[in-house]
Amino acid sequence: MKTAVIVFPASNCDRDIAVALEQATGAKPAMVWHGDTDLPDADFYALPGGFSYGDYLRAGAMAAKSPIMQAVIDKAKAGAPVIGVCNGFQVLCETGLLPGALMRNAGLDFVCRTVALRVENNQSIFTRGFEKGAYVNFPVAHHDGNYYADDETLDRLEGEGRVAFRYVDNPNGSARDIAGLINDSGNVLGMMPHPERVISPLLGGTDGAAFFKGLIEAVS
Amino acid sequence: MRAKITITLKNGVLDPQGAAIESALAGLGFEGAEGVRQGKVIEMKLAETDEAAARAKAEDMCKKLLANPVMENYAIEILA
Repeated sequence: MKTAVIVFPASNCDRDIAVALEQATGAKPAMVWHGDTDLPDADFYALPGGFSYGDYLRAGAMAAKSPIMQAVIDKAKAGAPVIGVCNGFQVLCETGLLPGALMRNAGLDFVCRTVALRVENNQSIFTRGFEKGAYVNFPVAHHDGNYYADDETLDRLEGEGRVAFRYVDNPNGSARDIAGLINDSGNVLGMMPHPERVISPLLGGTDGAAFFKGLIEAVS
Repeated sequence: MRAKITITLKNGVLDPQGAAIESALAGLGFEGAEGVRQGKVIEMKLAETDEAAARAKAEDMCKKLLANPVMENYAIEILA
């Protein structure tokens, strides 16, 4: 099982997600620099959290246009599983792999705390390890996590079961409490909360370990 | 030529920063300021000497990077 983590300038959760993937797969992920154009062959790709390119212009905007991202987009369109966490979710929206955009939190505060999420769809490769309607606790740490899309898009996403996770107590103003979203072919997930930060009791929780275990089993 | 690109949030998109500015203005005693919206301005020099060509290039930049059509509008001014 080979995995790869894309590293942008000012990514800061790249090592965390690498540890989570190594824990789930037993193998160290390839760390791929944003300026590269060749993506190593892997079974699973991760875009980490952080503040790529300083969040200049819009969160994720510049990273979405970085050299490596064209290769990631091509892989995703060919069906490779891709996850974007936090800044990675913002990058996925900016590439157009996921619809909508992540805007400044409605309350203007940077929100940094553990939040409860409800698993809305457990049929995806990313959430198969959970019961539908199960609750998980993942930390959030973001300033721009306020998910926005027009009503027509939101209706379509909900109708197609593409909301993977919803906030129980919305921390950022996201439309319809959306915390995580799947693309139309089911191989791309973007989510603001950080499962990679709760992969051991030492880190305050293990819901993230269950998340990575489930998704790695699903894509193996 | 120079390009001045103004990027604004679309109508109906919540602008918490604009709302905070509006509230701060009211706190300073500026009465009657409503509907405050925050945007951004990007200025640049362009090698093009023809206005239409400069505008076309700026338009392409807006579509590919400078604005996000999901929640933003843009307006381009080409200046001599």
